[in-house]
Amino acid sequence: MPLHELHPDTWIDKYADYLFNYAITRVSDTEIAKDLVQETFFAGLKSAKNYKGEAAERTWLIAILKRKVIDHYRKINSKKGKAEVRMSYANTSEEEGDWLEERVADPFSKGGDETLENEELGLAIQDCISKLPKKQSLVFSMKTIQGMSTEDICNELGINPSNLWVMIHRARTALMGCMNQTWF
Amino acid sequence: MKTSREKAKEICTKSQYGEATWWEILQLNVYLLFYKDCAQFSAKNSKLTSLCEQANMQVISEEDKEAMKKELEKQL
Repeated sequence: MPLHELHPDTWIDKYADYLFNYAITRVSDTEIAKDLVQETFFAGLKSAKNYKGEAAERTWLIAILKRKVIDHYRKINSKKGKAEVRMSYANTSEEEGDWLEERVADPFSKGGDETLENEELGLAIQDCISKLPKKQSLVFSMKTIQGMSTEDICNELGINPSNLWVMIHRARTALMGCMNQTWF
Repeated sequence: MKTSREKAKEICTKSQYGEATWWEILQLNVYLLFYKDCAQFSAKNSKLTSLCEQANMQVISEEDKEAMKKELEKQL
């Protein structure tokens, strides 16, 4: 019996923001990142029959997204000419193998430890947010990540400020618990 | 009915977004003096704020997510 199962109907609510943050650190363009996430979901559906249930759903989707990022750079590369991109690859004389894939996978190519840690941090927070009840995660994201005003959120969701602060407070308390061991 | 501690923690959350009134901040400071767990919660809450800023996260808007869902449903 497989350890994990796919639930494509919940993919967007559960993983879209996580995948988006993963993609954006690699392509540095919100529109392209969004497209890559959408393509990842489509590709996931197409290859669902090959899913063996050994990896968690999100891990499997991330693996697909990694390929999408590589494909994205391959496309750019084929448009611009390979030599141009090769010039920006670190230590070219020492490297062997598929330089393009190494570039995508190489965390140091994007500015070192700090960038890597911030990326890990972002994904850890996103992971914890995805475990919150839907409405709490929505209110927290609108307020904290999108920086929306209390009034706008209340109008959009049809709640009062008191409800909003209770939800944000609960979300933050849960996030502190979720991230406690690693980041506090 | 909320206890003083719960109320203090909610004010603490509100103050993380700079939206606590001066009266609430005054109340919070009094609570912080007397309740050790509130002070610990407040420190963690501030840390969470700085982690969120440091992570520079972004989200897909609900509108775009709805559009994505519709596209995905077509494929299902």
